[in-house]
Amino acid sequence: MYRYDEFDAAFVHERVEQFRGQVVRRLSGELTEEQFRPLRLMNGVYLQLHAYMLRVAIPYGTLNSGQMRGLAHVARTYDRGYGHFTTRQNVQFNWPALKDIPDLLDDLAKVEMHAIQTSGNCIRNVTADHFAGAAADEIVDPRPYAEILRQWSSLHPEFSFLPRKFKIAVTGAPRDRAATQVHDIGIHAVRGDDGRLGFSIYVGGGLGRTPMIAHRIRDFLPAEHLLSYVEAILRVYNLFGRRDNKYKARIKILVHETGADEIRRQVEAEWERIRDGVLSLPADEIRRIEAYFAPPPLEPQASDGLAGARAKDPVLDLWVDQNTVAHRVAGHAVATISLKPVGGTPGDATADQMDAVAALADRYSHGEIRVSHEQNLILPHVREDDLPELHAALADLGLATPNAGLITDSICCPGLDYCALANARSIPIAQEISERFAEPARQREIGDLKIKISGCINACGHHHVGNIGILGVEKKGEEFYQLLLGGSGDETASIGDIIGRGFAGDEIVGAVETVVDTYLEHRSGPDETFLAAYRRLGQEPFKEALYGGG
Amino acid sequence: MFKEAKDGPVKAITANRLGDGLVVFLTENGAWTRNLAEARLIADGEALEEALVYGRAQHDARVVIDPYAIDVTTDGEDPQPIRLRERIRADLGPTVAYGDAERAALAARAAPKGG
Ligand code: SF4
Repeated sequence: MYRYDEFDAAFVHERVEQFRGQVVRRLSGELTEEQFRPLRLMNGVYLQLHAYMLRVAIPYGTLNSGQMRGLAHVARTYDRGYGHFTTRQNVQFNWPALKDIPDLLDDLAKVEMHAIQTSGNCIRNVTADHFAGAAADEIVDPRPYAEILRQWSSLHPEFSFLPRKFKIAVTGAPRDRAATQVHDIGIHAVRGDDGRLGFSIYVGGGLGRTPMIAHRIRDFLPAEHLLSYVEAILRVYNLFGRRDNKYKARIKILVHETGADEIRRQVEAEWERIRDGVLSLPADEIRRIEAYFAPPPLEPQASDGLAGARAKDPVLDLWVDQNTVAHRVAGHAVATISLKPVGGTPGDATADQMDAVAALADRYSHGEIRVSHEQNLILPHVREDDLPELHAALADLGLATPNAGLITDSICCPGLDYCALANARSIPIAQEISERFAEPARQREIGDLKIKISGCINACGHHHVGNIGILGVEKKGEEFYQLLLGGSGDETASIGDIIGRGFAGDEIVGAVETVVDTYLEHRSGPDETFLAAYRRLGQEPFKEALYGGG
Repeated sequence: MFKEAKDGPVKAITANRLGDGLVVFLTENGAWTRNLAEARLIADGEALEEALVYGRAQHDARVVIDPYAIDVTTDGEDPQPIRLRERIRADLGPTVAYGDAERAALAARAAPKGG
């Protein structure tokens, strides 16, 4: 597990005390809002539509059960009894009072959590594959490398005032579940011809106003050079990234304007200078960090009860089929706890649910939990024979929706229900979609289909990489929704096409249904996913169905 | 960002309260209320300018944060903001159920009928 070391503990404590002083000075009038705003943002405190909002970092989406209980405690004590898991594997609390936030942060520090670097123009929380350390297809657990990057980037003096925020994602499996190609830097583990571990390095991806897929600037970087290479990229960006225009300040614009080949040349030149210096990672240092993430002691085993239980219980059978994937240790599974109940708010969990998930993690998953960027929770190490009991417990908690990866498993930003920047609501759209397609058989017939919804162009809901993306805009004072088709955040990443004119709030779900029906009508067979069919067919049949001919 | 309201028949002044960040509206006597129905409704012009100056002073006096004027209609019984964003703020929370209330509503729906 992530080792919150003594340095972190002392530093976080110091920061909480510093922030406590700043809050006191703000409330007593010594600090104006203008002076205080950057200080609160550095500590993850935003002001949203209804209240302050606190964003808490969950490094690479890994939590232990004690930390989940800590989040439940915060939700119950300082908020309105719930929290929201975000598309950056973080958690947000929507209602904390400013005067309480120092105490809240103190309580979080007790479970080794904090809100530092969740805002501002710094290197943000490093994200990773949510099946890390468990998935059968994994080449390497990406979290030790994410942790090495976290330690290096935490308060890096050279990179605390970058031209703009900076996001890094790491994946250790061929299947990219961490959307690495839409990050400022995407790091994808690969094996060299000689079996050596290395990384493909992608640079300049991002969503928001100007969505871009990253360019691969290096096919194979030996693992020991990860830090020096990333530092070289950051140096090139820090030097040449635009500071004159906030909308052109991300590294994607630099890569786009300079050209990927020239960026590669600059990075390689800088890297040559520093590659064998203090940042090279000796094998024993990598092993030391890897030890923090030592897998639990799982014995390969044959499952003897699961098949029989599934045969007797179709609800369990459906859930196991849809919400679990193969573990790298035989007889075990990685289980997704859907935070997308039909009609619910995507990504929300109540304090009681958080406590209950913590208890289930202790009981069935060696105390480990992950948060996915798809806004679900994961129990990574469950014995197959425990799945029936786990499923029954989840069903009692309203957490057994069998929809992982299906059309009702939308990802969705808070939108105009909470967010001060929003143009339109996104949660009610996700809810209506999940109600429209609630029938499990229908969802299964449609198959893998990712819907992603954002309430404004900032794209926190990743709409550009939704197979079906929905973007809320405001038109003449009304909510209006653009529809994008064919986006993908996986290893075949692509930006969706805006398919035509947008739809009013009461039309958009019907439009989604038209798109889905068109797919079902035209697909070559049940094995052709929506994305594959769209790529084969192009926009035309969908346009035709949505807007008619002529 | 949203522009401050410039025209329209009636305005109210809104802000977020410093200590807890919650939405408030300026009242007749210069206090702040959570209830838009108790807010001072102001015609455009000098009175509005004065109210905004007062609001700014309340910002400086660390009572509220970033006050601004919103358009309000009084067609119905109670004043209602014209823009959806402001209606959601005046309703003091999201348009969807949340937390335990949402959980209870979903559980009630999932419960087998007649059981
Ligand atoms: S996409 Fe826009 S509306 Fe949604 S959370 Fe991000 S900033 Fe807010």
